[in-house]
Amino acid sequence: MDPVSVSIEINGAVFEREIEPRMLLSDFIRHEARLTGTHVGCEHGVCGACTVQLEGAPVRACLLLAVQAHGRALRTVEGLAGEDGTLHPLQRAFHETHALQCGFCTPGFLMAIEPMLDRVGELDDARLRELIGGNLCRCTGYDSIVSAVRLAHARLPQAGEMGPPTPPAAEPDETPTPVATRPRWRRPVPAAVGLIALVAGAAAGLRRR
Amino acid sequence: MKPAPFDYLAPQSVAETLQLLARHGAEGKVLAGGQSLMPMLNFRLAQPEAVIDINNVAELSYITREQGELRIGALTRHAELERSPIVAAHWPLLTEALRWLAHPPIRNRGTVGGSVAHADPAAELPVALTALDARFIAESHRGGRVLDPGEMFAGPLQSGLEPDELLVEIRVPAVPSPSGCAFVEHARRHGDFALGGVAVVLVRDGDRCREGGARIVLLGAGPGPRRVPEAEALLAAGPVDEESARAAGEAAGRAAEPPSDPHADAGHRRRLAVALTRRAVLQAWERA
Repeated sequence: MDPVSVSIEINGAVFEREIEPRMLLSDFIRHEARLTGTHVGCEHGVCGACTVQLEGAPVRACLLLAVQAHGRALRTVEGLAGEDGTLHPLQRAFHETHALQCGFCTPGFLMAIEPMLDRVGELDDARLRELIGGNLCRCTGYDSIVSAVRLAHARLPQAGEMGPPTPPAAEPDETPTPVATRPRWRRPVPAAVGLIALVAGAAAGLRRR
Repeated sequence: MKPAPFDYLAPQSVAETLQLLARHGAEGKVLAGGQSLMPMLNFRLAQPEAVIDINNVAELSYITREQGELRIGALTRHAELERSPIVAAHWPLLTEALRWLAHPPIRNRGTVGGSVAHADPAAELPVALTALDARFIAESHRGGRVLDPGEMFAGPLQSGLEPDELLVEIRVPAVPSPSGCAFVEHARRHGDFALGGVAVVLVRDGDRCREGGARIVLLGAGPGPRRVPEAEALLAAGPVDEESARAAGEAAGRAAEPPSDPHADAGHRRRLAVALTRRAVLQAWERA
């Protein structure tokens, strides 16, 4: 029960604190790093409001201890927009399609959807709703959120405009699956560069989803 | 809604974990993906003296196929199993079951071993692993042992593990060929705990099901995954068609012992077992 020292990178900035091991990551983000864009709803993994990206993969911040993120890189909703405040294409699409009313759930939706944005083109609405089913919204009825995802996807740079060619998919092999190769996410500056990294990362098959 | 204080221990190896488990026994709790344990800590339904976080035990995270047998390290994440080409090619039942399991952010974090050791009768993986007749490798400072599904899923939220034991590996035997499988469930919303579900594996022998080649396991219909030998017997060594699928469904409904709760009463869940079993049998046969 002694305090432990942690060093956690959030949106590129490192936060070093002495904390109790029982502190939830969601509380570390809000109370220690003072990044209050990450919202806390149910605090038991049901509502999805606290979803952040841990090494690029969306996770529930309320179901992680802050100490478990020691030495690792997080990205929260504050890391989506550019340095100059330019909204991420997904944020812009949410704005334009009225995919939020009260906005409480929005950061969770954004962080859950953003890493899979390049894949949603192949999904029908039912499957897309299945994928975003881990986030609750009590205002919109979800239709406008689905519209926002479609709009943001439609605006992704087309293949061919995005620099390096897609590497061939890895052959199925029977070697142990490495777990320590998650991509480290950086704030996209400018947004277009980030998108290229996002798509290239997906092509390399590094992302969990 | 915050965990009670605990000592946090983060071993780096299985050997170190076993020493810690030997020392803390029932007062220690293993933290894997945390998608079930963390809510219990947050609600203070669990207040262990020590939390033993195995997330740094890299040697427990792997998916391999050896002599036709699938070996899954206990710390393998659901998302890793879900996108494993080995699993999709040889054990598609697992890939299909994982699609029903909660939501992507949960699958990114939750582990196969955690789901098994939590032994929730409404969880997908224990049902699928029972249908595939998996074996569970437990280790402690006293040595190792192998548990079968009946021993592993001893009761609701009760695994067959001793307090000083760690689940290290899940082994799934090869499924005979040609065969087909299906995992079907019904939840009020996709990703919620299911009101009912079933895993079916059928081994084909010409135009009939091979003798002893049917496995039918219900979800949420008892204290653990519920195998239905009566329904299996109705299919074994006979033609699989609408009629025998319906009969297997009725047998599953009779065998089911579902709970009643505010989400659905036992009668409704029993009818679900009938309908879902019939549907899954036909689907599995179509794929065989």
